Amino acid sequence: MTNRFSGVDFYDMDSLLSEEERAVRDTVRTWVDENLMPVIADAYIKGEFPEALVPQMAELGFFGANLPERYGCAGLNNVAYGLIMQELERGDSGVRSFASVQGALVMYPIHQFGSDEQKDHWLPRLASGEDVGCFGLTEPDYGSNPAGLITTARQTGDGWVLNGTKMWITNGSRASVAIVWAKTGDITDASSVRGFIVPTNTPGFSARDQKGKLSLRASDTSELILEDVKVPASALLPKSSGVKSALMCLTQARYGIAWGGIGAAMACYDEALSYAQNRIMFDRPIAQTQLQQARLAEMLTEITKAQFMTLQLGRLKDRGTMTPFQVSLAKRNNVNMAAECAREARRLLGANGILAEYGAMRHMANLESVYTYEGTHDMHTLILGQAITGLNAF
Amino acid sequence: MSVILAVTEQRDGALRKVSFEVVTAARQLADALGATVDAVVFGAGEVSGADKLGNGGADRVLTANHPDFARYCPDGQAATLAELGAAATAVVLAASATGRDLAPRVAARLGVGCASDVVGLEVQDGRIIATRPVYAGKALQKLRLSGSPAVLTVRPNTFPPSDSSKAGTVEKVTVPSFNARVHVTGIKAPEGGALDVAEAPVVVSGGRGLKEPGNFALIEALAAALGNAAVGASRAVVDVGWRDHAAQVGQTGKTVSPSLYVAVGISGAIQHLAGMRTAKVIVAINKDKDAPIFKVADYGIVGDLFEVVPRLTEEIKKLRE
Amino acid sequence: MKIAVCLKRVPDTTTKIVIGSDGASIDETGVKFVPNPFDEFAIEAAIAVKEAAGSGETVVYSLGGDSAQETIRTALAMGIDRGVLLQGSGSPDGLEVAKALAGELKDQGFDLILFGKLAVDDYNYQVGPMTAELLGLPCITSLAHVTVADGKVEAEREIEGGMETSTCQLPAVLTCDKGLNTPRLPSLKGIMAAKKKPLEVKAVDLGAGTIEILGLELPPERSAGKIVGEGPDAVPELVNLLRNEAKVI
Repeated sequence: MTNRFSGVDFYDMDSLLSEEERAVRDTVRTWVDENLMPVIADAYIKGEFPEALVPQMAELGFFGANLPERYGCAGLNNVAYGLIMQELERGDSGVRSFASVQGALVMYPIHQFGSDEQKDHWLPRLASGEDVGCFGLTEPDYGSNPAGLITTARQTGDGWVLNGTKMWITNGSRASVAIVWAKTGDITDASSVRGFIVPTNTPGFSARDQKGKLSLRASDTSELILEDVKVPASALLPKSSGVKSALMCLTQARYGIAWGGIGAAMACYDEALSYAQNRIMFDRPIAQTQLQQARLAEMLTEITKAQFMTLQLGRLKDRGTMTPFQVSLAKRNNVNMAAECAREARRLLGANGILAEYGAMRHMANLESVYTYEGTHDMHTLILGQAITGLNAF
Repeated sequence: MSVILAVTEQRDGALRKVSFEVVTAARQLADALGATVDAVVFGAGEVSGADKLGNGGADRVLTANHPDFARYCPDGQAATLAELGAAATAVVLAASATGRDLAPRVAARLGVGCASDVVGLEVQDGRIIATRPVYAGKALQKLRLSGSPAVLTVRPNTFPPSDSSKAGTVEKVTVPSFNARVHVTGIKAPEGGALDVAEAPVVVSGGRGLKEPGNFALIEALAAALGNAAVGASRAVVDVGWRDHAAQVGQTGKTVSPSLYVAVGISGAIQHLAGMRTAKVIVAINKDKDAPIFKVADYGIVGDLFEVVPRLTEEIKKLRE
Repeated sequence: MKIAVCLKRVPDTTTKIVIGSDGASIDETGVKFVPNPFDEFAIEAAIAVKEAAGSGETVVYSLGGDSAQETIRTALAMGIDRGVLLQGSGSPDGLEVAKALAGELKDQGFDLILFGKLAVDDYNYQVGPMTAELLGLPCITSLAHVTVADGKVEAEREIEGGMETSTCQLPAVLTCDKGLNTPRLPSLKGIMAAKKKPLEVKAVDLGAGTIEILGLELPPERSAGKIVGEGPDAVPELVNLLRNEAKVI
């Protein structure tokens, strides 16, 4: 194992973290160095999710880490949860996506909207990695407008029949269970959207990976097809009510992604700095040139700003006052600035920057997906605009 | 007349070379303090080389014989040294695997502290001042030893045996009765096991630049041509299993001080440098002229090691003929 | 099995060493402190031995200031059952540290007392075997492999040119070397549980000892030498320099 990452902390943010928060961050950081970094370049090039890492992540408690201990989860606060996402994404956005989906988009809805039986059955299995989940909301024609989804759930004598297609589903082809969002009433009625726990081996359910991705290559991105998928009544998430339930899940995931953006930016900055100090050109390190120093100064500034804003976001979440609009601001900012850091880092690395041996271009490509998913950058712009002005400009 | 005890080591009935370095260090202290040197030899019978200890600077050679002393016997040897050391001014051991195990036991029995892995010795106002590396060699600490006796271990390859012949009269000492709590049952030698990197006068080390484990044959050939050379390895190649951890030179491996250290295909990360920076002469062979190793190497060749190393082996062989 | 582990809080090994204003210690500004890496092998060994035995208790001891509580909690997070902080400053004399530890460990009925073979700040290799002597217990140092079974220890340790095998009865003191095991990372649940595990704080006073630090300095810089040449054609000149200038061959 070569280089250990020692973080980026220009304003001593560590002093604002509790001992446990730092210890959680350090465990994930070390785990990423020892287990993810050695395999990620290869996994990315091959387009394969490094599945051997799942049992390790589960054992250390990375899945649903902010859910209660009684379900086999770590019971961490939200800042600690955010730090997990930050450190995972410092490794790779695709691997962090696996954890985001498992925790925020599968375990969270079961915990939030599920019956006691559903919680007791599924949460421990998802925490341990025994079951892998996916979140079926997005459809080929309904991305930014999830309220328009057309997957249907028709009630039958003893359950439901689901029909529809989902697309861009992380973990889809690997999952043993899918949280599927479908309309139970009129196709135009977003309030009729309910969530369903669908084991992926149910007849009529199929998933296949979308091919030809140039981003998030170390992650499974799949299409889900539901053809007359029959599920029992107990599959319904009883407290789910309307597309707003699905959006609550997205808010959880977006919160983690805001932290993740910081992680990716830190990785790119750290790599660029180290490279610049060692790369000699015209008899001096390129770190001694004005243009590269400007790049590094810019990256450090953006990372530092994002760190303090996102820490406060976490404290607000723990206090119980966090709003989705506050999450939008952080996700939008942090992912965008991370994408810029990645691009600038790639440029600083010169020709070496196009090689998978370095992280910059992988992060750069990944972050295009992160910019787009969980609410595109533009969508969050309008969410904020509406929150600020009260006026809908969608 | 005060006495400095020099604790020797033997393996399979023959004195180990590091014993003479211990005597040299003891001699240095003795001359500064106006003391004599008693070299202690543990064994189950005759120990070859013990007769040379006088030439190496020992005024007396004290042989402590016991059937258990055929091998290292921590409790028995600690008990013996505690008895002999009670009246001594200092007890000097090697900072070898054995010495590092034995010295603290002796110190504790005598109720004194111990200075480990000493690389420099002087005497000021009748007290021993020891210089030793700390923080993996990133700093040097100066200690004043006030214990009676002072107990210390000296780093191999740091006190080269010098010419100071003394009488070396041999006397038997009685081994006190002891409770043998630890039994050393044997030594397993590795395949091709020879010189230890920490004790060899010459070390040739290979790194990732060798590309494949089989290419270490090039390093072994150069080591063989140089003679009395151990084969070392960077952490990178030990971590991937090409070489044994015993050969690892560096912060998490061994610290070595050979007369000649040849670094082949090793970039020179700080952690590696920490392990070999005290070598007398460093030679680096690397294809990257900006490799950090060249910043500490006395001599360097920038080039393809697959061409340079065989040529170097050939030229060394010619020299020897 | 009742097992004690002695743990030291030390500067992280990547720390850049800056000599402090007292000229005898390092400047601690910005230094990250961690559990001594060699002690982590001891912690892992303790947990593994207790797991293999099926039952027992593991206790971690550390001598230090208040900040060592965090270090102890890292051990608790890895799975140690409880911790004891011996609050006091350390000593350059390992024997004084050993006396403080032995005073605590005595008569506690430990089957095993584990240490790392050395601490990465002082590199002394001492406190473990000294503590064993003070307690009158068998001690094997720098373990590369160990088996604990039927009240006995079978150990292997690295020596020059091979591995030395030895054995002793329990109770015993053992010091651990790199490669003995792979220390587990503190799990997130472990980190949360550590907060609730007992951590006792006791004051200790160390004696003056017989070792005094007179100074600390950076080693002399090695200056860069010369690049003799490029490629195999530079070899004859290198050999010439090694023989006639450096005189090492």
